[in-house]
Amino acid sequence: MKILTTPRMERCIGCHSCSLACARLVHKRLSWDTAGIRIRSSGGLSTGFEARTCLACDPAPCAQACPTGAYSQRKGGGVIVRKNLCIRCGECAHACPVDAIYLDPMREPFVCIHCGRCVPFCPHDCLEMAEVAVAEAARQGGAS
Amino acid sequence: MIRDNFRVLVVDLGTGRGSVVTVDGRDRVVGGSGLAALLFNKYGRVDIPWNDPVQPLIFTIGPLTGYFPLMSKTVCAFKSPYHDQYAESHGGGRSAFALRFADLDALVVTGRATRPSCIAVGSRNLEVKEVHYLWGRDLYTTGKMLRSMFKGAGHRSILRIGQAGENGSAMAGINVDSYRHFGRLGGGAVMGSKNLKGIVINGDGSFPLNGSKEYPKLFQDVYTKLTDTDMMSKYHDIGTPINMAVLNEVKMLPIRNLQKTTDPIISGITGEKFAELALLRNAACAGCPVGCIHIGFVRERFRKEHRYIYRQVSYDHEPIFAVGSMLSVVDCFAVLAIIDVAEKMGLDVMSAGVALAWATEALEKGLISEKETITRLTFGDSEAYKQAMQHLGQGTNEFYRLLGQGTLKAAEQYGGKDFACVLGQEMGGYATGEVFFASQALGFRHSHLDSGGYSYDQKEKSKDPAKAVDFLVKDEQGRVLLTSMVACLFARGVYTDSLLAECLKSIGYDALADNLGSVSKNIQQLRWKTRIATGYRPEDVIIPKRFLDITTGKGPMDGAFLAGLKDQYAKAIRSLAAPDVAEGSPERQSEA
Repeated sequence: MKILTTPRMERCIGCHSCSLACARLVHKRLSWDTAGIRIRSSGGLSTGFEARTCLACDPAPCAQACPTGAYSQRKGGGVIVRKNLCIRCGECAHACPVDAIYLDPMREPFVCIHCGRCVPFCPHDCLEMAEVAVAEAARQGGAS
Repeated sequence: MIRDNFRVLVVDLGTGRGSVVTVDGRDRVVGGSGLAALLFNKYGRVDIPWNDPVQPLIFTIGPLTGYFPLMSKTVCAFKSPYHDQYAESHGGGRSAFALRFADLDALVVTGRATRPSCIAVGSRNLEVKEVHYLWGRDLYTTGKMLRSMFKGAGHRSILRIGQAGENGSAMAGINVDSYRHFGRLGGGAVMGSKNLKGIVINGDGSFPLNGSKEYPKLFQDVYTKLTDTDMMSKYHDIGTPINMAVLNEVKMLPIRNLQKTTDPIISGITGEKFAELALLRNAACAGCPVGCIHIGFVRERFRKEHRYIYRQVSYDHEPIFAVGSMLSVVDCFAVLAIIDVAEKMGLDVMSAGVALAWATEALEKGLISEKETITRLTFGDSEAYKQAMQHLGQGTNEFYRLLGQGTLKAAEQYGGKDFACVLGQEMGGYATGEVFFASQALGFRHSHLDSGGYSYDQKEKSKDPAKAVDFLVKDEQGRVLLTSMVACLFARGVYTDSLLAECLKSIGYDALADNLGSVSKNIQQLRWKTRIATGYRPEDVIIPKRFLDITTGKGPMDGAFLAGLKDQYAKAIRSLAAPDVAEGSPERQSEA
């Protein structure tokens, strides 16, 4: 099972191609907001960029907070979303510790489903689909 | 498509209120350059000065903005303080996407605020906020404060001016998101005249796609063309400064106020040298995977102990030529330090650098003294130029205030018109020959991007004015279509007319796609007609003697050829602007 990782965000140039690809290909929208990955400057453009995207928690706080079962735990981390069950309560977004879930003005949630369709649109290879075990090892290594 | 007409927000600073106006004409003027001219004819006045409160400051995007890669530019239009005529300046950053996702095809600002103010706008908000405490602040400080005052980090664009704009300098630009600019022809002074310090545009909306399978497929094709081929490598590798060494080699680089066109000393400020020593990182306009923005750094020691500050400064060929080779400053960090001061002041670096080159030669020749320049200007002395740049931005004395209105205006008072490197406005970084000189001097934006005259000079051997003018007019027509979409002109090799038509069809603009030839001609004519209506007389344009004195790799300048070009290009412009030729012009609107 693979998850989306963002191991090389220092290379990001802020083109938003990843967000646009997710919105276009996954959510069928023209947007840089209604996407599973969103790019923002980390305190002004002179400080570079950071990605707001799902870290593939297991257990996922958003799934635990969802009162209707619209969000359920995805094997390997992250969530499976059934939008027809969603009542737009926004609890998932409030539960996410890293602000990875975007609520549009109608409170529809948008979260990464770890499909990887954004990855080929990054011109600097900031993004990568990684096996869960590999991603976990990299994360732990990075924290040491 | 989102809509087949235009959704325009008109903000009146006098009342602090806005109105959403629906404007027709998509199939006639497209967006961008065409829409800007249409809106100037609707809201502007050709017969009153640029700084009258009623005059509009216009920002427009196009039908492809946000939909396709490199459709990432915004057109800013206004009556220019430089010549009191209709003008356009183009910028990127996040401005185009922010307007798109604020659900606006155009933002029009009219009126004058009673106190210094800023505008905050998004898809669901509009606020005119008094910011008297920002007046007098430099661009960097203003940007930081505006960032902290309004929500929307990451998906917003912040436009602001520095002291040059507050002071009414015709060389004042509008900074966009720190590293991009609506630089030329004094847009910053237009904001200043309106007591408008900043505009924060929050792109917080989104749009459903129409379910077209063609669109995502075509997006992939265009994206691949723009990123997988080497067509764009010039822009994302060394960047535009690669021109420095190339032009120096063929004796076409303006050096030392255009006293020379080649000099081995510029080896310290080539694109390759910047990349090797000073390039910190790259950045992109929103929607552009090429990422041509090159950001260098300035490091300043502020105490005897090793205590430093550093700032990030974007660079391109044009700023490097203007404050590097033109001023004989040949160290890349010294060049960045001068650009840094110009940025802080909110000056257009190109215009300011060329103006200071003239001032240096005028001082050498004794036409002016240190009474005027305050600091001793000497070619190569970067510390003096940093001080002079500050004086120019602040308008410290009468000399700098006059110089800020344009080099030729200063030369009219002090002498030295022969060596003022002005082609409609301060020259671009190409001493390629007669066709470029005529092209910039008479061209619509007085920009090297109006048409490819600089390229024509390098490739064409014949000296046929008719052939050259035909090229300039046709090339401009192609470019004006791109700047109405609104594409970055770096993508002009990819976005052919047929590809533009495919892109438009994939999102539902079928009628527009089928008429691009006549539409682009209409926009070209509408722009010229609007310019002429505000007082432009192409036959009166003067090309200073210095441009005839140079020798390029092709040999000495040919005065007769240049005169022929000027004459025929002026006639071609008059023909384009002939009455009743453009739909969307004032006469047509009143007839309707």
